[in-house]
Amino acid sequence: MIAFRCAAVLFATLLAFAVTPAMAERLIISLSNHRVMVTSSYTGVDLVLFGSVERDQATVARRSGYDVVVTVTGPRETERTRRKGRVAGIWVNVDSRTFVNVPGYLAVLSSKPAEAIADADTQRRLQIGFDDIILPQRIGPDVADVVKEDPFRKAFVRLKEEQGLYIERENAVTFLTPTLFRADVPMPANVPFGIYEIDVKLFADGAMIAQTNTALEVIKVGFEQFVADAARDHSLLYGLATAMLALLTGWFASVVFRRD
Amino acid sequence: MQIYLPIADLPLNVFLILGMGLAIGFISGMFGIGGGFLMTPLLIFVGVTPGVAVASVASHIAASSCSGALSYWRRNAVDPPLAMMLLGGGILGTATGVWLFTLMRALDQLDLMIGLSYLTLLTVVGSLMALESLRAIMRAKSGKPIVLRRPGSHLWFHGLPIKFRFKRSRIYVSAIPIWVIGFIIGFIGAIMGIGGGFLLVPMLIYFLRVPTATVIGTSMVLTLVTMASATVMHAVTNQQVDAVLALILMVGGVIGAQFGARAGHKMTGEWLRLLLGLLVLVVGLRFAYQLVIQPQDLFSLRMTEGAP
Repeated sequence: MIAFRCAAVLFATLLAFAVTPAMAERLIISLSNHRVMVTSSYTGVDLVLFGSVERDQATVARRSGYDVVVTVTGPRETERTRRKGRVAGIWVNVDSRTFVNVPGYLAVLSSKPAEAIADADTQRRLQIGFDDIILPQRIGPDVADVVKEDPFRKAFVRLKEEQGLYIERENAVTFLTPTLFRADVPMPANVPFGIYEIDVKLFADGAMIAQTNTALEVIKVGFEQFVADAARDHSLLYGLATAMLALLTGWFASVVFRRD
Repeated sequence: MQIYLPIADLPLNVFLILGMGLAIGFISGMFGIGGGFLMTPLLIFVGVTPGVAVASVASHIAASSCSGALSYWRRNAVDPPLAMMLLGGGILGTATGVWLFTLMRALDQLDLMIGLSYLTLLTVVGSLMALESLRAIMRAKSGKPIVLRRPGSHLWFHGLPIKFRFKRSRIYVSAIPIWVIGFIIGFIGAIMGIGGGFLLVPMLIYFLRVPTATVIGTSMVLTLVTMASATVMHAVTNQQVDAVLALILMVGGVIGAQFGARAGHKMTGEWLRLLLGLLVLVVGLRFAYQLVIQPQDLFSLRMTEGAP
């Protein structure tokens, strides 16, 4: 009786294994640095992401090779995009849209152009690329994303790209071997502080077959942290100290340059 | 050599900041102005946010005017009672200005208001100063004596009561116009985020007939006190003072101010006023240009809330 039960459990386990092997690819990633420290000499840094596609004997052969899309999303911010118009001969802000909880930093790095990786439907569903990532706007009482041709949305993405904070590169993920890839994640000098989420999607034959994620943190350290903390937590003292510094500098200069 | 600024949150070249401090310091020492109306746009131009720029410039101006004020003090070119009386009006004006500023902020067109007030003020003051000093120079060239103080040409407010004698400036005027001038400077300074020295100097010359010898030193003392308190106020209210940025600006500024003060001493008052007038006018026209010419990019971004 016991032996029969054991055999039944074993059989069920084997059956489960036999049913799932098509899903067997696993994605393993490693980031060169999970903590970006902003010090007085910080002028931006490139993080390196390595990834490997793990296969086993049961994994089915893929007709095309693998494709990877890496999406790095920075801390959320609310920003206003304003448009100028001419009123009585001078240029003033006449219209604006507020983008609510949008990434302060966004990098979409892929091994191929998105169209070559998956069809438009899949791209939209998985939010691949700037056109398909949701950027919610406040429209009246509602908060919703709009069509990608919306002038304010286009201007927002363009301005963020000009600041170097939104990065979309179609060839930034390189395969070193058919199953090993690397991607450079640029962290410019003006990166916002906070937690960044890194999402890696593996595609084959036009479908997503594996997904994994990790995170990194951008923090201020050392003297920069000390000054920033002082300015925030002891603002009166900090202000008085800065004013004293100004008076001392002025007095010191007038003593040094005294010529009488 | 790049250095990361902790409050402005961006890296800038040390020598660029130092050079800006030197240049503006030279101008401020020469004319006895703070130079905020030049430094703030410059900082914004290199990428510092307006809030941080205005707040950090305040401490830079305090340092510049401190070294300038001290060197004028040694030459007995400061009128302390006059400075104190102006300061009284200045504090009242600043408080009123801050109150109005907060009120205006509720309306979304604050940038436009600041731009327009810069434009109007700078072009009007600049052209008035340039024209007046040109006329004075012409008079001097044609051999007629320069009459800085015409005894008969008293303006109406010279007849006001509560008269004080300011020995060092050799003037005998009512306290009322002094308080009013101090108030106007404090008010405009709070609204536009400037020290107001470039307004104070001509006002003291034209309305109170303060001689050129004491006007710059006195104006510097006033700028010093208002800007030092503005630094503390900015640090407490919006925590936007970048001490590292301010320190580099200061070091450049005080050195520049020393050379500027000497250069200013060698020039006659008329030429000094003409140069300052032209400088103010040019900055004013720059604002006009910005408002009238179609901007390259109609869209702009402004962070309303988010990561620190």
